Amino acid sequence: MSSAAPARSLLRVTGLSVSYRVRVGRGRAALLHAVRDVSFELESGQTLGIVGESGSGKSSIARALLRLIPASSGQACFDGQDLLQLQGAPLQRMRRSLQLIFQDPLASLDPRMSAEEAVSEPLRVFEPALSAAERSARTLAMLEAVGLSARYLHRLPHELSGGQAQRIAIARALIVRPRLLFCDEPLSSLDVSIKSQIANLLMQLQAQLGLSMVFISHDLAAVRFACSRVLVLYLGRVMELADRDALFSAARHPYTRALLQSAPLPDPRLVRQRPAAALGGEIPSPLAPPSGCVFRTRCPHAIDRCAAQIPALRRVGDSLVACHRAEEIAAATLTSCAPPGR
Amino acid sequence: MNSPPSAEPLLQLQDVSVAYPTASGAAVPVVRGVNLQLAPGEILGLAGESGCGKTQLLLSIIGLNGPHAQLHGSVRYRGQELLASPLAELNRVRGARIAMVFQDPATALNPYLSIGRQLGEVLRFHGGVSGREARERACEMLEAVQVGDPRRRLQQYPHELSGGMRQRVVIAMALMASPEILLADEPTTALDVTVQSQILRLLRELRERHGIALLLVSHDMGVIAELADRVAVMYAGRIVEQAGIDTLFEQPRHPYTEALQLCVPSLAGPLPQRLPSIPGAPPDPAALAPGCAFAPRCAYRLALCEQHPPELLEAEPGHWKACHYDQPLGRLRDALT
Repeated sequence: MSSAAPARSLLRVTGLSVSYRVRVGRGRAALLHAVRDVSFELESGQTLGIVGESGSGKSSIARALLRLIPASSGQACFDGQDLLQLQGAPLQRMRRSLQLIFQDPLASLDPRMSAEEAVSEPLRVFEPALSAAERSARTLAMLEAVGLSARYLHRLPHELSGGQAQRIAIARALIVRPRLLFCDEPLSSLDVSIKSQIANLLMQLQAQLGLSMVFISHDLAAVRFACSRVLVLYLGRVMELADRDALFSAARHPYTRALLQSAPLPDPRLVRQRPAAALGGEIPSPLAPPSGCVFRTRCPHAIDRCAAQIPALRRVGDSLVACHRAEEIAAATLTSCAPPGR
Repeated sequence: MNSPPSAEPLLQLQDVSVAYPTASGAAVPVVRGVNLQLAPGEILGLAGESGCGKTQLLLSIIGLNGPHAQLHGSVRYRGQELLASPLAELNRVRGARIAMVFQDPATALNPYLSIGRQLGEVLRFHGGVSGREARERACEMLEAVQVGDPRRRLQQYPHELSGGMRQRVVIAMALMASPEILLADEPTTALDVTVQSQILRLLRELRERHGIALLLVSHDMGVIAELADRVAVMYAGRIVEQAGIDTLFEQPRHPYTEALQLCVPSLAGPLPQRLPSIPGAPPDPAALAPGCAFAPRCAYRLALCEQHPPELLEAEPGHWKACHYDQPLGRLRDALT
């Protein structure tokens, strides 16, 4: 989908939808559409960022692709196979290629497993033929690759700092040499000074191992640093999909622009130059999404057509945008939305 | 101290320390000798990472550290000592003159009580007003924090509100008794980014309209830059740098402040291959080194730093720093380019 269209795509997701059956009031159930008709491609060795506010469906996409929850429709072509159709042994084999790290490492690690047990466990599952000596050697090498040492082998999660625990979680995900790593808010629970260490580590491992990544985050600056392509979600639908530079220099969708304007700027002079942030209201309930464009209830540019018709994702400039008025808006205010440069 | 020339300080903290006893006997210091002043209508940002003592410092102002905390020093509100004052006296000030906005609005509200009852409680406690007057005031305050349809909201319960609405209610509650000072502990950390920007705008307006002074605790230098007039940066229980907002961002004088700013990726400007980072991790307050607590992670460390903790000194008018290194910083910034 990027400019080099025919390049090898590792993962091609088409029309992915995820819905949950939820209880609304006594004995009544409703369908909550968490992800609606999402399509994207990920090229080998690249990182796709998925951004959006809570409830936008970011994590549901990852979980459905990893087969942790069922998708209600769609296809996900990975290595010539549809991830969403795999069953039994082929699914089990595929799991090795797709690994996940979570937001809070202290919650995702078993509190009673030492670092060594946690990191070597995937090897026991996927490479049972390995001897104990080979397993320890691989474990130690992996710990070193994430910047830890033998000193940490016998530590339990509560004896680790947040950054160290996230390193263990990364080691555990990468020890079976996956091809695609899903990172679900991998930096959000970390302190500022640790965040950049882990961000650097992920970038370095990606380059070393030729890893492809899906990087889920609500932090736009982290996405700008880590990702080559960015997908913007709102209420389960794709608002915009573009290469990093196109998205951050000339965002086309009003929601992307609002997100960029809302992010706090760590520079008081830029804060004073910036126009007052535009977006009011909050993300509507996914149980009762607005008709037409789901963003229209908060969009400063909404017109009647936006309520009547769901905008299709189409190419405008360098982006794919789901907005009826993308051209007009771009023509009117092409640069005013970007945060003023230094 | 570094008081603004005109006004007498509204709030003055002198040599405030907070420590917690441990099973092994030695008390663990979490706040170590902090001096701060807040002028009327001022927004002072308190920045630092988790565990640096910023929340404990905030709680010490209104005596909420809990029964085991060992508090020392002095906290004066308009000259009145709060730290050692009897509960009855403290209760006349906290909630009424100094109010608190907590981080997570989902846990700051009582799930069993209607919004109207919770807002009214503040006045029934502090104002001795009738139920009807309390309701009227609650309506006004909900309007002031831009909650639509306030009369209906009064009947609702916290679970019926979104996260952003709940935080507005928490702020409205803090405003009920017309305080002069708001203490805000990470008031937007639990919120989405578009809602965060709405709440930050609201806090700014409260200062402009009602002249409320704000002590804003945040780990996010972006949030601090959006609101604060002045910033104090904390590390390992101490203030390591304090300056006006522009000065602090343009010319940080403490290596920790410089690193905090540079290791946050930016939305604009050139993209680095690697983010500058601070090696290591924040120290354990139970095992602090004798010298400067930041020394083990500092790019500018001198031999002196490992033995003698630097004092917080005024480097130029209004700009305080606790650092032995006296040359201009910039090593980290240079490493970026």
